[in-house]
Amino acid sequence: MTRFIRVAVVGVASLLFLAACGGDDESPTAGATSASPSITNVTVGSANFPESELLAEIYAGALEAKGVTVERQLGIGAREVTYGQLQSGDLTIMPEYNGALLQYLDQNATASTTDETNTALKAALPPELEILDSAAAEDKDSLTVTQETASQNSLTTIEDLAKVSKDMTIGGPPEMKQRREQQFKDVYGLEFKEWKALDVGGPLTVTALKDGDVQVGNLFTTDPAIVANNFVVLDDPQSVFGSQNVTPLVYKAGVDQNIRDTLNAVSAKLDTATLSQLLAKVVTDHEDADQVAQDWLSSAGLA
Amino acid sequence: MNFLTSAWGWLTDPANWDGTGGIPNRLVEHLDYVARSMLIAGLIALPLGLLTGHTGRGGFAVTTVANAFRALPTLGVVIIVVLTVGLGLWPVLISLTVLAIPSILVNSYEGIRNVDADLKDAARGMGMTGWQVLLRVELPVAMPLILIGVRTAAIVTVSTATVAAIVGLGGFGRYIIDGLAVRAFDTEVAGGAILVVVLALLVGAVFIVLRRVLVPAGVRNQS
Amino acid sequence: MDWQWAADHVDDFAEATRSHLYLALMPVLYGLLISMPLGLLCVRFPKLYPPVFAGANVIYALPGLALIVLLLDITGFSNWTIIIPLTLYTLVVLVPNIVDGLRSVPDPVRQAATAMGFGELRRLIQVELPISIPYVMAGLRVATVSSISLVSIGVLIGDDFGGLGVFFIDGFQQDFMTPLIIGVVLSVALALLADALLVLVQRLLTPWSRTRRDRPAAQLERVGAA
Repeated sequence: MTRFIRVAVVGVASLLFLAACGGDDESPTAGATSASPSITNVTVGSANFPESELLAEIYAGALEAKGVTVERQLGIGAREVTYGQLQSGDLTIMPEYNGALLQYLDQNATASTTDETNTALKAALPPELEILDSAAAEDKDSLTVTQETASQNSLTTIEDLAKVSKDMTIGGPPEMKQRREQQFKDVYGLEFKEWKALDVGGPLTVTALKDGDVQVGNLFTTDPAIVANNFVVLDDPQSVFGSQNVTPLVYKAGVDQNIRDTLNAVSAKLDTATLSQLLAKVVTDHEDADQVAQDWLSSAGLA
Repeated sequence: MNFLTSAWGWLTDPANWDGTGGIPNRLVEHLDYVARSMLIAGLIALPLGLLTGHTGRGGFAVTTVANAFRALPTLGVVIIVVLTVGLGLWPVLISLTVLAIPSILVNSYEGIRNVDADLKDAARGMGMTGWQVLLRVELPVAMPLILIGVRTAAIVTVSTATVAAIVGLGGFGRYIIDGLAVRAFDTEVAGGAILVVVLALLVGAVFIVLRRVLVPAGVRNQS
Repeated sequence: MDWQWAADHVDDFAEATRSHLYLALMPVLYGLLISMPLGLLCVRFPKLYPPVFAGANVIYALPGLALIVLLLDITGFSNWTIIIPLTLYTLVVLVPNIVDGLRSVPDPVRQAATAMGFGELRRLIQVELPISIPYVMAGLRVATVSSISLVSIGVLIGDDFGGLGVFFIDGFQQDFMTPLIIGVVLSVALALLADALLVLVQRLLTPWSRTRRDRPAAQLERVGAA
């Protein structure tokens, strides 16, 4: 009998412990969609990389300064997920890049300037979603080389690269070869000896470029590693990489004019230089994204 | 369940059997990672397990080490090594080896420990030295359990070698990572997963053959 | 190692640890809830065991990353996408151990129980299960430790699903060793702590077996013995 009691106690205790640990498995609720005049709750999401989280914190901070309660869902690993969550209203706001978003919705899109891209986007988005104003800040794919490679081959633009690239290895996201091989050939006559699948402009690509495993890397233009390693970003005169303005993607029913105005005000003040600086604080100086965001918002008069 | 049909379509597409990205080449890469880490793990864990089992000392250390290695998060280990020594094979080898050691270590230790004391006595009574007792009596008797440990380690290693693709290397993990990147869940990702499972099962089956070869008939018929 | 940063982020570590424990332990609980009846069925109907065992092995061989990606389609963006694969992985260890444990009950003991008038259920609960505890605990220990070490893979779906894994990714993206090392150390510490706790629970549950040796952990490696 005593043993039974012992077992029962252990069993109940463990169950209680686990229950108390509790899980956060409820998905966040969308902003209020009732008839109330102003919305007080939103959910801001972000993708799984530092810049996206930084942008999300910037949006969140600006909204909180205007009295909106913000729930954060950061670090989501796949656009399928964030997009799906936006469509259902589980997410209200996502920092997006207009070019990448357009590509995601329409693989054959050819828009390249900011205006073209946004027009195409507005047509491609479903009725429940919309994009707000684009910021001047862009974070584009790029073809980047080391300082030595650039000086040895006198490289400043991708056209220069095309002359010497046949013996080079390029590293970038796993899907890059499939997406870009033909395009590079058509637009620049650019061909490579080998395509290495690394990551999406992340530490693997930076390391590979640094160590010489690849001669050309697809890095993102705001990446602090570019400055830190003296890399050279090659000019893209034919604009194969299009426009990639930071643009909020929102769930229409979850935002009101106040929220729109707030986010547009942020976008108006966000340019590429600023974004790069802020990102460097997070990635190089290891400061917290929310703190960096807060500091900038205050200094820009947005919070 | 129709992802099975689309995966089958992908697996039987001749284009996927060609070149660096083709299945044969990825198979070789995958096996390369598995073989190397199993070799290193075996070279470390087997002697350690045999010796501690034979002398009877260090049992606590064995279980502690095995536990600690088992507790290491593979992803974390891979990233730490990448940040320390850079890209390449080492991050993968080290994490896979760490993963394989516990199973081999614990099973060789326990296998030797569980050899019937009477057998050991008889062997010594026959004049065998410590080494001879270990190699001619304990090892063959413990072989079934040791093989199970090695087999488990091999299967886990095959399955976890997919992590190589996260750091830009090859192997079947490439299909999972690349498939994820282009959203080809039903074809490339599913195909990659199936390849890994099939390989793991084949490797497991190899051990059935090994059991026949390495375990003496007398011991085999007993267990 | 940036100790200042570490000190500043204690709250984040605590939160991640809590989430990590939840994501790791729920699968073990579910795994136990599934493998108990499953194991019992396999002992009752021995023909059931080989296919169940083979099935568990096949699942175990599936790379975690692939399982999670494939589940994303079905369970979407929720804890289930991590918990389900981890639960399946525990089955490979728990089911064989439960079966072995129940089978380890010596026949004379069973017969004695029946002779004493124990019905089947009572015999199961008061005799067979207690005797199997060492086997079950051995399996639980491995399942728990493995589960805790596997959770971090979830971070590839999203920050909220990898427990301490979020620090691995942050460390990686920022080329910053501190969160990485702390994350790994915490993860290992959690696993070892859980293991020690389970040993304690085992001692509490089986006061009669203060033998020199614990049930050999190798029993749980009998993944091929059946």
